[in-house]
Amino acid sequence: MIGPQICMLIPVVYLFGALLVPLIGWRRGAAGWGMALAAAAGAFFFSLGGLAGVLQRGSLSYHLGGWMPPIGIEFVMDPLSAFLEVVITGIGLLAVVYTRRSVEHEIPDRLMPFSSLALLVLTGLSGMVITGDLFNLYVFLEISALAGYALIAVGERPASYAAFRYLGMGTVGASFYLLGLAFLYMTLGTLNMADLSRMLAVTDVSATVAVGLLLLFMGAALKMALFPMHGWLPDAYTHASSAATALIAPIGTKVAGYILIRVLLYLLGAGEKGSGLPLLSLLAYLGAAAVIYGSILAVCQSELKRMLAYSSIAQVGYIAIGVGLNSALGFTGAVLHILNHACMKASLFFVSGGLRLRLGHSRIPRFTNALRRAMPWSSAAFALAALSMIGLPPTAGFFSKWYLALGAIEQSRWLFLGVLLFSSLLNAVYFFRVLERMYLDRPGIEPAERPTSVARHEAPPAMLLPAVALSSALLVIGLGNTWIVDRLIGPMIPGGM
Amino acid sequence: MEESVSSALPLFAVGVSLAAVPLILWSRGRPNLREFWTLAAAFAKALIVLALLPEVLAGRTVECRLLEISPEIALHLKADPVGMVFALVSSSLWILTSFYSIGYVRGAGEKSQTRYFASFAVCLSATLGIAFSANLLTFLIFYEILSIATYPLVIHKETAEALRSGRQYLVYALSAGVVLIAAVAWTYNLSGTLDFRPGGLLADRAFEAADLRVLFLLFIAGVGVKAGIMPLQSWLPAAMVAPTPVSALLHAVAVVKSGVFGVIRVVGFVFGPSLMKTHGLDAILAAFAGATILFASLIALRQDNLKIRLAYSTIGHLSYIVLGMAMLVPEAFSGGLLHLAAHATTKIALFFCAGAIYVNLHKTEVSQLNGIGRVMPWTMSAFAVGAMGLSGLPPVNAFFSKYALCLGTVEAGRLPALAVLLMSGLLNAAYLLPIVHRAFFRHGGRELEGHGEASAWMVVPLCVAAALSLLLGFRPNALVHLFDLVLLGTRAVFPESVPFAGGGP
Repeated sequence: MIGPQICMLIPVVYLFGALLVPLIGWRRGAAGWGMALAAAAGAFFFSLGGLAGVLQRGSLSYHLGGWMPPIGIEFVMDPLSAFLEVVITGIGLLAVVYTRRSVEHEIPDRLMPFSSLALLVLTGLSGMVITGDLFNLYVFLEISALAGYALIAVGERPASYAAFRYLGMGTVGASFYLLGLAFLYMTLGTLNMADLSRMLAVTDVSATVAVGLLLLFMGAALKMALFPMHGWLPDAYTHASSAATALIAPIGTKVAGYILIRVLLYLLGAGEKGSGLPLLSLLAYLGAAAVIYGSILAVCQSELKRMLAYSSIAQVGYIAIGVGLNSALGFTGAVLHILNHACMKASLFFVSGGLRLRLGHSRIPRFTNALRRAMPWSSAAFALAALSMIGLPPTAGFFSKWYLALGAIEQSRWLFLGVLLFSSLLNAVYFFRVLERMYLDRPGIEPAERPTSVARHEAPPAMLLPAVALSSALLVIGLGNTWIVDRLIGPMIPGGM
Repeated sequence: MEESVSSALPLFAVGVSLAAVPLILWSRGRPNLREFWTLAAAFAKALIVLALLPEVLAGRTVECRLLEISPEIALHLKADPVGMVFALVSSSLWILTSFYSIGYVRGAGEKSQTRYFASFAVCLSATLGIAFSANLLTFLIFYEILSIATYPLVIHKETAEALRSGRQYLVYALSAGVVLIAAVAWTYNLSGTLDFRPGGLLADRAFEAADLRVLFLLFIAGVGVKAGIMPLQSWLPAAMVAPTPVSALLHAVAVVKSGVFGVIRVVGFVFGPSLMKTHGLDAILAAFAGATILFASLIALRQDNLKIRLAYSTIGHLSYIVLGMAMLVPEAFSGGLLHLAAHATTKIALFFCAGAIYVNLHKTEVSQLNGIGRVMPWTMSAFAVGAMGLSGLPPVNAFFSKYALCLGTVEAGRLPALAVLLMSGLLNAAYLLPIVHRAFFRHGGRELEGHGEASAWMVVPLCVAAALSLLLGFRPNALVHLFDLVLLGTRAVFPESVPFAGGGP
């Protein structure tokens, strides 16, 4: 029987896992990693259970320590948070599987601390999604952020600088968020989400609340790396170790996006009434700018991980557009894209880490078609995820774009439609640039210089299988998207849409 | 309302070549086994399509509704008469092309043959998917799959030129894809349904004229790239860098005809003749098609490379079909459908000949072809049949389709269109028949001595293609009741009319 306790179990399993890892892995890092794997698997299991429970019986709510809200902290699993928990814990599990070989290669002797930090990041991310209290969300935000800075700092040489920059920007973002909370609390006297939404529904939004909301928006947008507040992201993703990027990139920014969805669409109500702040329009326009900016800069990159990082900035823009459209279709597209992009980006970063392991680099100009022969499965996983990023049917990426396009057309917002479609073409440019090198002979190389026979040198199974699994999942999600949209996303569409 | 039968056959027809792909990849070390899978899939596909024929001829459609891919829109396959015409043409010609491909890639020593045959199989699945799509979203999905699956074939040679053409092809094809996505999504927003309906799914609704015009242009731009409507044609001659069987099947039959088939669906099943007429959309389409026919024919005159000349000829003939659709009368609609089949059999014969000449004699330019008719009599006779057909001379099948098109232009009272068709016939003769003349009536150089026909793998398919063109010219209903199918399809779109009441071809 699935009780409301399951809400609390997910972050707690991660948290205790993170504490146990150093104890168990003190001497042997691999044992610590085993503990992390067990915790990640447990959390995934609980989140699936939570989702099943929510589907059967509606939202679950757990009062921490038996204190009733608004005094006590409430953990809530509604359709949206249950869905996101599954995404976070699922990607988290695969990332932990992936971690071992990748970390042993890139940052030797750091497996134990790495595993522990990874679990802390997951504690924070899963906690942010599940909590029903805006202040508690801030606490989890800081947990994930602090662990994230450390995780990113252990990478290549420039990584510590990138992490410092991320730390600076991240702290500014978190401070904005906290300041916003203070303004809200000052006026409304509560930070419990359910209470807030009830109060905001009946009171006029005063200037103080409006300022609070604006600060909150800025803080979340900064954490989400929404253009033009994305500056910290490319360096952080590029220089961090592959395993850290593969863990943070697919889900980190999405959870900040979740804050925006929660605050703008649920707390404030779909109408955004009376606040006088066109936050949703602002979000959509910034999203559109992010899509174009990120895609164009991705075209210019010669380092695969950096290209993927800029592509993440663009993809976050899709989600922002979908939320900003403020309609059922836009919301559907945005939430579906959170899932799709998590799978695609995780798979792509998994493969790029595999390339670093086997080739020693991931610089696009140095790819040759020997790669395809040496690593056929990695290349295939990359190609499939790339097609999905471009948005070609029947992969998952097409369908999130389809719903977003329907949403844009519904409101006759042709600018957004144009941006969505044009960015598909830009995605095609930067991904086919890679695929062409990966799969085809490069004319101009003398036949003598070409490797005549290429030995099979595939990435190790623990790094390959997560990528292959996610890329295949893209086809399943694409063809089965109606089920997800009807059963999972349908119930979470905010009232009033 | 049309009767329909539920059956998995359309799904099998689409899936059989897709199922062959893993087998082809798996037996990459054993070429003979690998080619066996291609041939087996080709025959199986054609047989499944033939098995659908009796039901469709009896006036019923065969449907296969798979899972929903967007709320209330299913992945939905349906064999209706118009789709059957396209499916029959592409699946039967795939058999010929498979034999020919084997002769060609082995004769020319092409590399990456496994990738070649695997991509070909995916393309054919997508083509049948396009033929049997019952709604726009299904159509869109297969259309995009076809775009991507053709890419490995265009860049097959992996030379700098091939890569450049491949990029150009992708830019055109993917841009068209996103335009089509916009058009389809907008249609859904306007009408709430995407199911193709004879007479037009938008037909009985009221719209803003300006909206409708923009939507139509989006659709035409989306499908027009593959249909080679000017000014969207320039990828097609560039794609001739691909091996000749690819040019033959994909760039004369499957891919480009998918674009034309898209025009047929848009005109007959999305907008419908009456809506097109009220909003003057037919004139827009006719203007583009007419200009394309004339310009393409004129450009073809100046090309020395045989395949490029044939490519421009293809661009012109595709627009014959588009022009037929734009007339909005039953005769021209039937004529367009007939020309879809007629141009396929004749043009594939011509491309096969070009490939046989290349593999056998390594000649690619028209000016090098003096006297080769003596060396390769069968090949060049087949070429002559194809050239006569495309020039609109009886008794080849393309004469009759063109005759029907001309009837349609008269019926519609559009004499400029008639003039374009007649003019283009002359231009076709001017750029195709001199090749025949060169081949048979001029003396070749000494390098021809000691050469004979190309291998039977290539010569037999090209002769069969030419023979088919003649047979369908004498008896349009021979073998597969093509003419009956065309009439059925026309009657569905124009329910009140009796095509060819005054005696047809």
